[in-house]
Amino acid sequence: MNTSSEIVATRRLGAKKFRVLPGFKLTLGYTLFYLSFIVLIPLAATFWKSSTLSWAQFWQVITSPVALAAYRLSFGASFCAALVNAIFGLIVAWVLVRYNFFGKKIVDSLVDLPFALPTAVAGITLATLYAQNGWIGQLFVPFGIKISYTQLGVFVALTFIGLPFIVRTVQPVLEDFDSEIEEAAASLGANRWQTFWRVILPTLFPALLTGFALAFARALGEYGSVVFISSNIPMKTQIVPLLIMTKLEEFDYAGATALAVVMLVISFALLLLINLLQWWSNRHNATNLA
Amino acid sequence: MSNQTKINAPNRLTEPPFVRGLLIVVALIFIALFLVVPLISVFAQGLNKGFGVYFAAIRDPLALSAIELTLIAAGIAVPLNCLFGVSAAWAIAKFDFRGKNILLTLIDLPFSVSPVISGLIYVLVFGAQGWLGLYENADKPWFPWLQNWLNNHDIKIIFAVPGIVLATIFVTFPFVARELIPLMQAQGRNEEEAARVLGASGWQTFWRVTLPNVKWGLLYGVILCNARAMGEFGAVSVVSGHIRGSAGSLGTNTIPLHVEILYNEYNFTGAFAVASLLTFLALITLILKTWVEYKNRKLSADDADFRR
Repeated sequence: MNTSSEIVATRRLGAKKFRVLPGFKLTLGYTLFYLSFIVLIPLAATFWKSSTLSWAQFWQVITSPVALAAYRLSFGASFCAALVNAIFGLIVAWVLVRYNFFGKKIVDSLVDLPFALPTAVAGITLATLYAQNGWIGQLFVPFGIKISYTQLGVFVALTFIGLPFIVRTVQPVLEDFDSEIEEAAASLGANRWQTFWRVILPTLFPALLTGFALAFARALGEYGSVVFISSNIPMKTQIVPLLIMTKLEEFDYAGATALAVVMLVISFALLLLINLLQWWSNRHNATNLA
Repeated sequence: MSNQTKINAPNRLTEPPFVRGLLIVVALIFIALFLVVPLISVFAQGLNKGFGVYFAAIRDPLALSAIELTLIAAGIAVPLNCLFGVSAAWAIAKFDFRGKNILLTLIDLPFSVSPVISGLIYVLVFGAQGWLGLYENADKPWFPWLQNWLNNHDIKIIFAVPGIVLATIFVTFPFVARELIPLMQAQGRNEEEAARVLGASGWQTFWRVTLPNVKWGLLYGVILCNARAMGEFGAVSVVSGHIRGSAGSLGTNTIPLHVEILYNEYNFTGAFAVASLLTFLALITLILKTWVEYKNRKLSADDADFRR
């Protein structure tokens, strides 16, 4: 880092900056062009299109009872799914880092399956498995619990989708964890549970929270795995992306766009939050493990 | 004596055996329930009427045209995003400029957009009612010459192949860039600067110095990008219009969309047979990913040995 700025400084000819490495204008120019063409301009189109609605119309669309029910289900199911993943994901990460057992390498690779498996495949598979005559669904029939085509089904699909996020954010922090800290706690008389609760968990907490937020953000936007397992009944099992899709199929582009704008604003706020969390998490680990 | 300490000491540094066993069992049940059982069930459902029906579903002309379109879409999206990733990583890792963090956030943006919205944004730009839509239908023509040109040459973007390619590019946009940027930032600029000072041209520096250093990261990004490109469903579903292909003509159905159609027609065996192709793709992706991670770890370990 130092050498390069030194070279830039010493080679500065008048007002013109001389860089040792070539291609700055070309690569940055191409990056900005491609980014604008693929991402920024189309996203701007969404905000532009929503401005064709008056504020009153816009408000009416985004606060209609159907939309409110969809937000409630989207947020509720995503939150529950992320919470379940936080608990089980922590256990999976812990087991993968700390213990040895048969098939550990395979389990470790398999954790990424929800990333790699196309969502449509996950969707039809989960819908079939958790249906009343499915392999898993039939186990719940005697208790009178229906999973596929209910809100519970939406939760199952979102849990599947979010599974890798927690494991993959907690795992590296746990791997880098300095055993000396645990040894210090133990030598000062803490039992294992106290060491975990008071020493290990607080260190893992920022990573856990980041993973939770990532899983939650992913679940909010998820479509493919939910569309098959949800019966898509307005007010009952319709999540926001499904509602947007329904509006598109009715050629209600303005309505779909209004809802899309709400979701985009929420996703961008979450993105900001996640970046802040990651920054906090990195700093937290740097100070704790230094 | 030494035995005594051995038994007592580790007690406080690890969990009692039954807790360890319990945690392993809980983790394995969770993994089995959510990952292994669905994986097995794809193949079980696809093969439940025998191999004949399974292969018939895959060799169906509609399935073959869906496979062709998926390969075309991924074949365009992956190289373009790869080029972008390398270019963005070069600009961000090798130079200092203002607004770098904003650029990094913007590159990650497509990951936080719902797939349905990713498709919708292209409908709003190129659809009949959009910015560049049909001239006579558009509310306000923004670029009349471009609209005229598209209309005169009968080029459709939405509900046609270009829309599918664009949506695929959008959803896989950050994959290569976000693998390469941190890697190239960590490697710094010294080696490239040394190559330049020793007389290498810009291209020689890139091909002989930078690329060999980042090849595993690049491959990793390409593998993930490709998996998502071939498997994307929501975004492609919005822009596709579900036009079925046939032996002679390419429709607008990719493999995931074909799976959806079969499933909705209650042809479950066919749907799972075609879905099993995508599942194979996912398994190959996981195997390659594990292999590249192993290579990468070995490479950085060798590197550490060398530097020591």
